[in-house]
Amino acid sequence: MEEPFALIDRLRRAACLATRMEEGERGTGDALTRGLAPAQLHEIHALSQGEAASGAGFAIGCALAAGARPILWLRTEAAERQGGRLHGPGLIAMGLDPADLVVVVVGDDSALLRAAADGARCPGLGTVIAEGWGAMRGLDLTASRRLMLAAEASGVVMILLRVAGQVVPSAATTRWAVAPAPSRALAADAPGAPAYDLELLRRRGAPAGTRWRVEWNRDTQSFDPAPLSGARLPLVADRAAADRPPAPVRGTR
Amino acid sequence: MPIERLRIGRPHLFVGRDEAPIAFAESVGGAVRLAALDPAARGAGLSVGLTLADARARVPALEIFPHDPIADADWLERLAEGARRYSPAVALDPPQGLVLDSAGADHLFGGERGLAEDIETRMARRGITVRLAYGDTPEAARTLARYAGTPAPDEMGAIRRLPVAALELDEDAGAALIAAGLKTVGDVLARPMATIAARFGREAATALRRLTGEEDSPLIPRVVAAPIGVERRFAEPVARTEHMLGVLEELAGEAARALEERHEGGRRWDARLFRADGEVQALRVETGQPTRDPAVLLRLFRERIEALADPLDPGFGYDLIRLDVGLAEKLDAVQLRLEGGEAKAEAVAALIDRLGTRLGRERVRRIHPRDSHMPEQAELLLPATEAAPRAEWTHPEPGEPPMRPIHLFDPPQPIESLAAETPDGPPARFRWQRKMHDVARAEGPERIAGEWWRRADMTPPTRDYYRVEDVRGRRFWIFRHGLYSETERPRWYVHGLFA
Repeated sequence: MEEPFALIDRLRRAACLATRMEEGERGTGDALTRGLAPAQLHEIHALSQGEAASGAGFAIGCALAAGARPILWLRTEAAERQGGRLHGPGLIAMGLDPADLVVVVVGDDSALLRAAADGARCPGLGTVIAEGWGAMRGLDLTASRRLMLAAEASGVVMILLRVAGQVVPSAATTRWAVAPAPSRALAADAPGAPAYDLELLRRRGAPAGTRWRVEWNRDTQSFDPAPLSGARLPLVADRAAADRPPAPVRGTR
Repeated sequence: MPIERLRIGRPHLFVGRDEAPIAFAESVGGAVRLAALDPAARGAGLSVGLTLADARARVPALEIFPHDPIADADWLERLAEGARRYSPAVALDPPQGLVLDSAGADHLFGGERGLAEDIETRMARRGITVRLAYGDTPEAARTLARYAGTPAPDEMGAIRRLPVAALELDEDAGAALIAAGLKTVGDVLARPMATIAARFGREAATALRRLTGEEDSPLIPRVVAAPIGVERRFAEPVARTEHMLGVLEELAGEAARALEERHEGGRRWDARLFRADGEVQALRVETGQPTRDPAVLLRLFRERIEALADPLDPGFGYDLIRLDVGLAEKLDAVQLRLEGGEAKAEAVAALIDRLGTRLGRERVRRIHPRDSHMPEQAELLLPATEAAPRAEWTHPEPGEPPMRPIHLFDPPQPIESLAAETPDGPPARFRWQRKMHDVARAEGPERIAGEWWRRADMTPPTRDYYRVEDVRGRRFWIFRHGLYSETERPRWYVHGLFA
């Protein structure tokens, strides 16, 4: 039995989160300017391996926008091998000082989840990013619930970054799909600031299905709504989509 | 010794054939010769260096095993590790000897005789033959152990009675000594040293001086003794891991008090568990910050034990547990915890220690800047417990898009450039990992020349880097390896991915 005060506290936090998300819906990604809610578990999905870098970029952005530093980044050897290693100068270019980052490379998914639970329990951290490639063995409702509870107790932003993995039921507060979007070209058709297509696949206690296109602004450490060029995505998704199950929502692009 | 190693390590080889003489053979310059013999083989008239064919002809029942000097060296190392129960200063004397500095250690066993008896009984239980000798110098001790002469009333007397072979001179000098009628070390010592040096070489004189202790031959221990070490011996071996951890905590408390007196904290802690049957298990934990908190240490040791590939096996129990502080640093009596930041940093440091102990220190890293313009060398991955080197990152200009990728491939991955290129432009289309990418936006080239000063003989080709974005928004960092003027058909690589 939870203590009444703790319960009230948790309800209040959930309510606060819901309000933030409501605002976000009105203001095209306004919620994201402040990053993901602390003390919660969030899932970020990059649907294919080619989108892994976008997933990582979005996760970094979320942590920085929430001001949730330092960051503990957990990766598997497989991710390190297939996706390349995290590159210091590139992290600086995203606005993340590598001095605020500890990278842990583990052997397999179960070690990853175990280290993630340890990290989520550490009140000295701002964000824990656990990056898993493919079907994560051992990730089930119990494991994600454990991460969620640990994050609630410590106040850490717990991000489960999943690359090319199947969506499984989890205790996460929000679940996002992220894909790269064409950037706004600079002079001489040079690629501009990182841009992403986001879809809120699920959020606890509120409708989901919203899509945004955002651009990461390193100087203000926030996501700006990106002016859409070409095909416009609906800013407010159809409400019917909100109730659909979180199982595979979108095929590989 | 190799035979005893085999008997202990692989007893199944000897089931039911205890009687046969055994020899080890190795091939030397095309011929297979005997390298080591057991007493039975020696008794049958065989000697080291005999060819295998001859030996077989003389003793048909001879059992032959391949000579394995590396396994023998490893076996000796393990014995040395086990010998640390007697004294921290143990030196290897290959191929078959160990030299212990027992000064200050023998009182624990009731004097030199007691120590010798303990070693003999312990070794005999394992089936290992030992020849022990004490000496005032390491050289005297090992020579006496190897070339047991006739009994003598004192050490000097024993040395005098050793055969001249004990001087271990080369064949010519040894033969010359014997030809001169000098049979024992004492005979040689009776001559003036200058004559010996003149007739039999400087080595002979040096060997003599070493033996008599006139010239120092210092003992070089395998492991430098730790500044602080505590241990506990048990008459009744400790068989339960929990009990062992309890002892370890007590020892940590003792070490902590010793550290406190010196205003220090330990950063590297080595626990050695000496099993009653002679095996030694070593556990090491390291912390990023100096500590002397037994509870923290015990947690790390638990973590370490859990992470072991082979679970800890107490066997018949541990009869000696030793804890050494291998590395100590300044730690003031009370750590200030006024600011919240300090406590937070401490929580992170404790987490890093835990993860490092469980996963291995080098798996928990920080990324540090390094002064190199080769992208793959522009950063340094160091264990998070290590201090940062002095270097600065180059910070980007405001408003500039990321010029470096967040994921870097090392080595770069080859791509296939498909569409026609302009001489100084990126491909309009390329294939990477069996997927086609149509380039929509590009910027470059950023020319990065090889660091010619590092390899004077061969300068690696220049790389021209491009930031490209495909039609779906995926951003790549690709380069052409070599200018068109440098190579016939330069190859293309993807070196990294932008977020």
